[in-house]
Amino acid sequence: MSKYKVNLKINNIPISVDEGTTILDAARELNFKIPTLCHHDDLCVAGNCRVCVVEQKGARLLPASCATPVSEGMEIQTNSLKVRQARKHIVELLLSEHNADCTKCFKSGYCELQDMSNDYRIGDHVFLDLVKEEDKVVDISSPSIEKDDSKCIRCQRCVRTCSSLQYVSALAVTHKGNEMRISTFMDKPMNDVVCTACGQCINRCPTAALTERNYIDEVFDAIYDPSKFVVVQTAPATRVAIGEEFGMEPGSRVTGKMVAALRRLGFDKVLDTDFTADLTIMEEGTELLVRLKDALVEGKEVALPMLTSCSPGWIKFQEHLYPDLLDNLSTCKSPQQMFGPLAKTYYAEKVNKNPADMVVVSIMPCTAKKFEAERPEMRGSGYKDVDYVLTTRELGRMIHQAGIDFEKLEDEKYDSILGESTGAAVIFGSTGGVMEAALRTAYELVTGREVPFTNLNIKPVRGMEGVKEASVKIKDVKPEWSFLEGVELNVAIAHGLANAKILMDKIRAGEANHHFIEIMACPSGCIGGGGQPMPTNMEIRKKRAAGIYEEDEAMTVRKSHENPEVTEIYQSFLHEPLGHKSHDLLHTHYYPRKRH
Amino acid sequence: MEKQIKKVDLIFGKVDHLAILDACFKRTRDEIILDVIDSGLRGRGGAGFPTGLKWKFAKNEEADQKYVICNADEGEPGTFKDREILTQVPEKVLAGMALCGYCIGASEGYIYLRGEYNFLLPPLYKAIDEFHQKLKKMNFDFTIRICSGSGAYVCGEETALMESMEGRRGEPRNKPPFPTSEGFLGKPTSVNNVETLVFALMIGQEGPTKFKEMGTFDSRGSKVFSVSGDTPNPGIYELELGMTLEQFVEEFGDGDTKAVQVGGASGFCVSRKDFKSTLIGFEGIPTGGSMMLFNSSRSMYNILNDYLEFMEEESCGQCTPCRVGCQQLLKGIEAVKKGIKPPSYLEDLQKLSDTMRIASKCGLGQSVPNPFNSIINNFREEIIY
Repeated sequence: MSKYKVNLKINNIPISVDEGTTILDAARELNFKIPTLCHHDDLCVAGNCRVCVVEQKGARLLPASCATPVSEGMEIQTNSLKVRQARKHIVELLLSEHNADCTKCFKSGYCELQDMSNDYRIGDHVFLDLVKEEDKVVDISSPSIEKDDSKCIRCQRCVRTCSSLQYVSALAVTHKGNEMRISTFMDKPMNDVVCTACGQCINRCPTAALTERNYIDEVFDAIYDPSKFVVVQTAPATRVAIGEEFGMEPGSRVTGKMVAALRRLGFDKVLDTDFTADLTIMEEGTELLVRLKDALVEGKEVALPMLTSCSPGWIKFQEHLYPDLLDNLSTCKSPQQMFGPLAKTYYAEKVNKNPADMVVVSIMPCTAKKFEAERPEMRGSGYKDVDYVLTTRELGRMIHQAGIDFEKLEDEKYDSILGESTGAAVIFGSTGGVMEAALRTAYELVTGREVPFTNLNIKPVRGMEGVKEASVKIKDVKPEWSFLEGVELNVAIAHGLANAKILMDKIRAGEANHHFIEIMACPSGCIGGGGQPMPTNMEIRKKRAAGIYEEDEAMTVRKSHENPEVTEIYQSFLHEPLGHKSHDLLHTHYYPRKRH
Repeated sequence: MEKQIKKVDLIFGKVDHLAILDACFKRTRDEIILDVIDSGLRGRGGAGFPTGLKWKFAKNEEADQKYVICNADEGEPGTFKDREILTQVPEKVLAGMALCGYCIGASEGYIYLRGEYNFLLPPLYKAIDEFHQKLKKMNFDFTIRICSGSGAYVCGEETALMESMEGRRGEPRNKPPFPTSEGFLGKPTSVNNVETLVFALMIGQEGPTKFKEMGTFDSRGSKVFSVSGDTPNPGIYELELGMTLEQFVEEFGDGDTKAVQVGGASGFCVSRKDFKSTLIGFEGIPTGGSMMLFNSSRSMYNILNDYLEFMEEESCGQCTPCRVGCQQLLKGIEAVKKGIKPPSYLEDLQKLSDTMRIASKCGLGQSVPNPFNSIINNFREEIIY
């Protein structure tokens, strides 16, 4: 559709933009930065906070630039006296209802309201303090997310995130006027509602109203406890994002520096979740092939399509909203939770440690992993499999606290064992990655040949489209897989729970012809996870994804089944995928949950 | 001084509404819209948008469905005229809606009825049923439904009203788009006040001339006023526009009127010294009908406090200037009264109210400064001491 051009002037500079462009975007094109709070590039327009008001010649009101489309002949001033006065008032008003205990606040230095207050040099409070004492009681019921209403400025970014990106609506606006606030169903605590713990709201909260439960001190306590043997695992997506905490470009590949930093922090062993990502492919791939065999050869009633289970936010979402389809969910634990029990059994034995004295820490791009680690099922080793989960952001804090100059660190390698991984594992970090890794292995297992894509790069499953679909024709199979000869393997990928819903509704209606579906709770997959550095937007996530795929191409081994440590663990410990030990340690089950 | 208050009987007089409609349906939509434009009729809910223009905008939109909404969410403190109109002449309101539907090309209409007026539901449903029967006989396809409000003042704001009708929180939308292009369910919608619709019907009957002859240049015709407060004659009066407050007070005052609040909690407070120079209408002080008279026994501090408490509670809470601004104004005058803040703090608050006027998202926040500034400017001593 061709668009009309609209001519206007911003700060006396003429510009011509597409019809429908907002004043804010037009000003951005001219490199005028208009401050915003409720606006977020990932979300629909709200026009609530009014910080972005501008002056329009001839208009009585100051329009909110984020919510007002340009019109022909418009003359806009972004920083007139009137605008400055209004903007300053609005920031002062927001501060008057905000518990500005900045020196004690976890978000200090990362807070958009704080930045704005500094920009406008708001010193002594002109207006009365309106923070309610009862709002200062922080909801710490969830193992993942802390909700502090006294910090909330009612911009509703979290509400829009929860409803439009995630289709969860655990957070919603309630009451009106001076009582208006963001709350849950019947004001229940966060762990008692439909919240998937994905943490996307945290990523978009401009203040500290929503933050992750942080376990930094607990982890340092463990590190400095001489009786504890503390091992750390790092998720795929962390290595292309942690650099942002130190001012590096999004997508910077800093795997070696991260390993070095973790060692300097005092972890006894630095290991890699990527190893269990490879293991996931072996287990989940086999599970898929077994399901296909049961369906095609045995004619059994099998739940297909099979759904991936790497994303704990997604699992919780399904438990709440699609409990009727739980059989479709792979029984594989997520890579984090495969790592935990293996560390406290297989690894403990190898390094001759008492698992009771071991502490397993995860560095995750994710807040739902904190919840996952607390699930009662996750005690396959006989102990709590993963003791503490830290987000990428928390690791950044720890490195800052320890005075480590991250950028100057020399690259170091992961410890062995449980440190070896492949390119297939690292792409778990981006949407489509699990699917690509699974296809690389499953296709080769069945046909004896590599997947028919240039340089192993399965491009159709990559990219940021909300729902992706692809088909792979399987032919000339090995004799033992003859039932798959000629089968067109249909796969689909969704990221962000609103997109997951699209696929799930299809499955529920019996309209999905897929065999295997990858779903990640967060937009763009783990690289856009709720525990990743802030800010987040599509551009940043695309850069991180590019980093992930570069990391993959730089690996010598790029197929999970070729990971030598994986081969070793099956030979000496697990014996076979879906075997008895795997069942005990690497697989789990799910429960229906309430809908509110 | 010559007494010029003129009582009019356009709204409550009984007419053959079906005959009016029948006659109107024989004319083109454009002719009727032109008549309404020509008459100078402006919205009677308070904001005063020219009704004919609104209809024209809605008419000019291309859409498979359009809607007429009768705004009967009469929530302005001190206004009770729509209740009376709906009680006495519901058929005229329904006919006005049908006329609007004819003009803009809508086959569905809704009455958004204030939650507290639910006692009107049985007679209204009866009137609607009868009306539907008659329309059927006239071969005119138009259906009217009622939607009950839930008690939020802000839902009188047309976009909040439509949000409420669509089942969401009653929060005003960003404008543009305006309802005439994207309104209820995203379709072109004309939202008109109860009284406006009746006037439109009367203009449909009599043509624009008679209406235009009444009132002043900017404020044509007559208006139904809800008179309350310190007056021996509270009640509902249809009066020709164009009178001064002095004339009004002479008619309705108790002899000791110190101030009149024109337009309810979102309107202006006029003190005795300005009665003479103040015209009731769009040239002076417009009103949706609420006229509250206060005599010298009243504390203006308490009155302002009440209004601000009302606004603080009734703000939808989504935009900062209104949500926090109302709280600051209320707490601010309390602090000045108690001596916690110096009297000069009132100037800080007045500056804040200027920001609320230009930066709030909807008419609610934009009009809080009206009572605030007018009461502070006129009765500063009463606020401080």
